[in-house]
Amino acid sequence: MIRHLLSGADLDAATATRILDTAAEMATVAGREVKKLPALRGRTVVNLFYEDSTRTRISFEAAAKRLSADVINFSAKGSSVAKGESLKDTALTLQAMGADAVVVRHPASGAPHRLADWVDGSVVNAGDGTHEHPTQALLDAYTMRSRLGRIAGLSVAVVGDVLHSRVARSNVLLLSTLGAKVTLVGPPTLIPVDIAQALAPGTDVSYDLDAVLPQSDVVMMLRVQRERMNDSYFPSAREYARRYGLDGPRMRRLPEHAIVMHPGPMNRGMEITPEVADSPRSTIVEQVANGVSVRMAVLYLLLGGNNR
Amino acid sequence: MAYPPAARSSTAPQPSVKVILTSADVQRVVDRIAHQILEKTQGAQQTVLLGIPTRGAPLARRLAARISAFEGVDVPVGVLDITLYRDDLRRHATRAIGPTELPAGGIDGKRVVLVDDVLFSGRTVRAALDALNDVGRPASVQLAVLVDRGHRELPIRADYVGKNIPTSLAESVKVTLAETDGADEVKLYGGDR
Amino acid sequence: MSAYLITNVSVVGGAPTDLLIRDGVVAGTGTGLAAPDATAVDGTGLVALPGLVDLHTHLREPGREDAETVESGSRAAALGGYTAVCAMANTSPVADTAGVVEQVWRLGREAGLVDVQPIGAVTVGLAGEHLAELGAMADSAARVRIFSDDGHCVADPRLMRRALEYVKAFDGIIAQHAEEPRLTEGAQMHEGEVSTRLGLTGWPAVAEEAIIARDVLLAEHVGSRLHICHVSTAGSVEVLRQAKARGVRVTAEVTPHHLLLTDEKAATYDPVYKVNPPLRTDSDIAALRAALAEGVIDVIATDHAPHAVEDKECEWAYARPGMLGLETALSIALDVLGPQWDLIAERMSRAPARIAGLADHGHDPAPGVPANLTLVDPAVRRTIEPAELASRSRNTPYARMTLPGRIVATFLRGEPTVLDGKAVK
Repeated sequence: MIRHLLSGADLDAATATRILDTAAEMATVAGREVKKLPALRGRTVVNLFYEDSTRTRISFEAAAKRLSADVINFSAKGSSVAKGESLKDTALTLQAMGADAVVVRHPASGAPHRLADWVDGSVVNAGDGTHEHPTQALLDAYTMRSRLGRIAGLSVAVVGDVLHSRVARSNVLLLSTLGAKVTLVGPPTLIPVDIAQALAPGTDVSYDLDAVLPQSDVVMMLRVQRERMNDSYFPSAREYARRYGLDGPRMRRLPEHAIVMHPGPMNRGMEITPEVADSPRSTIVEQVANGVSVRMAVLYLLLGGNNR
Repeated sequence: MAYPPAARSSTAPQPSVKVILTSADVQRVVDRIAHQILEKTQGAQQTVLLGIPTRGAPLARRLAARISAFEGVDVPVGVLDITLYRDDLRRHATRAIGPTELPAGGIDGKRVVLVDDVLFSGRTVRAALDALNDVGRPASVQLAVLVDRGHRELPIRADYVGKNIPTSLAESVKVTLAETDGADEVKLYGGDR
Repeated sequence: MSAYLITNVSVVGGAPTDLLIRDGVVAGTGTGLAAPDATAVDGTGLVALPGLVDLHTHLREPGREDAETVESGSRAAALGGYTAVCAMANTSPVADTAGVVEQVWRLGREAGLVDVQPIGAVTVGLAGEHLAELGAMADSAARVRIFSDDGHCVADPRLMRRALEYVKAFDGIIAQHAEEPRLTEGAQMHEGEVSTRLGLTGWPAVAEEAIIARDVLLAEHVGSRLHICHVSTAGSVEVLRQAKARGVRVTAEVTPHHLLLTDEKAATYDPVYKVNPPLRTDSDIAALRAALAEGVIDVIATDHAPHAVEDKECEWAYARPGMLGLETALSIALDVLGPQWDLIAERMSRAPARIAGLADHGHDPAPGVPANLTLVDPAVRRTIEPAELASRSRNTPYARMTLPGRIVATFLRGEPTVLDGKAVK
């Protein structure tokens, strides 16, 4: 049994499938009058957020509360963190408070790995720098499975700023483990070196979105920050949108059954047009709902038993 | 809950095994419980059978089938997974959870008959009562079990019992069913009789 | 002055002999020497090397005495077999004036454990904008000959050209930290498969190679001496090989850690493995080792970079780069090169002494030469325990590794700084 969830690489196919299956049961709770399960009664989950991410924090908070855990939100703003307390001292503080799990969002890649060395409880990576965001990958996989019935054998195009994307890294790892074929699409400046060797052999890279779309069951659009053009990753937002943005005509090159995903928040008009975002192919709203179920499953898996 | 026999090595002395109910016995017992449910529920009106996994679920389906055969009444059947309500979650590695499937009409205002294979400490039933509480508000709750082996740790009793088996704590009772294990049988393992 | 008779010792791997040390020099060699007044040191099984010379040491004083002082760093050096270290200029205040370099030099004298030779900054405040008063530092009591903005690259090509030219007046040398700053903005580790996996911004090999290529051309153009600090890539080796073949007056160093450790070490995100330039790949290590054997790389230099605990016990991106090296360098060299004593003496003592212009150092023990030497027991394997190091800091990447070789004694001008493996003061 895994103790921490730091990376998509922590999950083998059996564990990942178990999380998705558990999430499916957790999802039924959302439809009940009493949206609560007693599984984590008396357990304390700390949301330690060094970056503003209301969406992710709320999703983890709802997940923990639906499992009856006590939730403490510890945000960098207005806390001792802002006064320069080290991550290690913060970890020791959380330890003293009896945190059974720490859900951490941090701008520095690898911060959750460091934290895991310093606390006894479980650490869940809720996004670290430009590294990983494993629960996002799990909710994406869950969404694909519920829309398309399977993950093995799917062709998934992940499009955009792969270089800076923690969502992309976790998805490549998890989807490959579950048997999907991932193609990373973007301008060469935004595709990191040796990505296939680094993450999963069999991962393809393409610079041509139009060529990839007709063979894709899933298109996952990544958020692209306009500021990247100031670093010469691409010449202008307009050129980026023209070459790598998903608009209506491009969407119609997809097979009939294909779905369009986005981890949010979207830059409408940049990587995705409103027509696509609001189309029936879009799973963007479902992804948010599925996030709570998947995070319930993860917290239950890590904290629901005696896994020491 | 039924408990599997303790793992044995080939050199250890063979613990005693005793068949308590044969396949034919199990069928007769299920038929009797079906009759009793009909009797005590005015012909199974406003009644829902909820099986507790693993073996309570097929037992509930069998009871519904027998009730239908005897009186032509279709009793709604569901499954109630109680994993997340157990009081011993933290004593074991994380348990996989199973599906909870309520019948289309729900359970509000209904008479719910919980169905399980073995009644032992009563903790499973307590968990099931808690779980029920979160999924609806039945008018009343009853309990049907194939075997009652005693040793209750909570003030819980069954409304329908297939067979009472006096046991010692050193013994274990194992129920197998055709649906889950390939054959119907109830065996008593252990002690050193 | 006291006398020491080291018996039955192998001088740089030669047949066992005795060494008599008296009045700060090697007074005699040969078998069966007798000196009743001398303290006997049994050299059986030991190898005598010329005292090691480190071209690249960070002593942190003035400014970060919590991480290291001239004294604690000197002790670590002596325990590592060193008799001279060149102290880098990136202190606070920066060693960019005669006053600061003289202070460091004097502190070294007072500690008396190794000769501390200050390196002067090339530019004021290491800012890369205006030349520091290089001549004043050269003329000071510290007699500075090596100038370096180490930690920062002298990136402006015109400024680099001027610095190379200017120091010719006093036979100075510019030691370049080769790192194209625009190519390494935000860089955290070697750019490659591992950086991609770990989501850490990459430090591409080309950022080093491009600066070395430019600087060897500049050095060739103006006929000056250039030294390249901590060469870390196979591509840099190629550039240096070609430049040396053309006769460019360039020398180069490699650190022990770049000869042994790879970027895979970053996978734990433990910043004890964060260093600049970063740990590279197996193929880089192979090229660096070959270059060291061949002489394309002249020197093993430690880049000993002590850091306070709080500067390493944190997130990778927020940690300071650098690792300890003085007390483990010889062991790494033995591990990497094996008992090639002449090569070790050349790369760790003679060549660095020549480059730094340290006339009293880098001489094999022989009658009449200053008694700056160290005795190594190559048969001992020791496990590195950070808490046992003499440095004030603990950031060794070799913690709990077992390495060959142990320094038994070190002599500075005939006086022991280390005896029986322990510092004498």
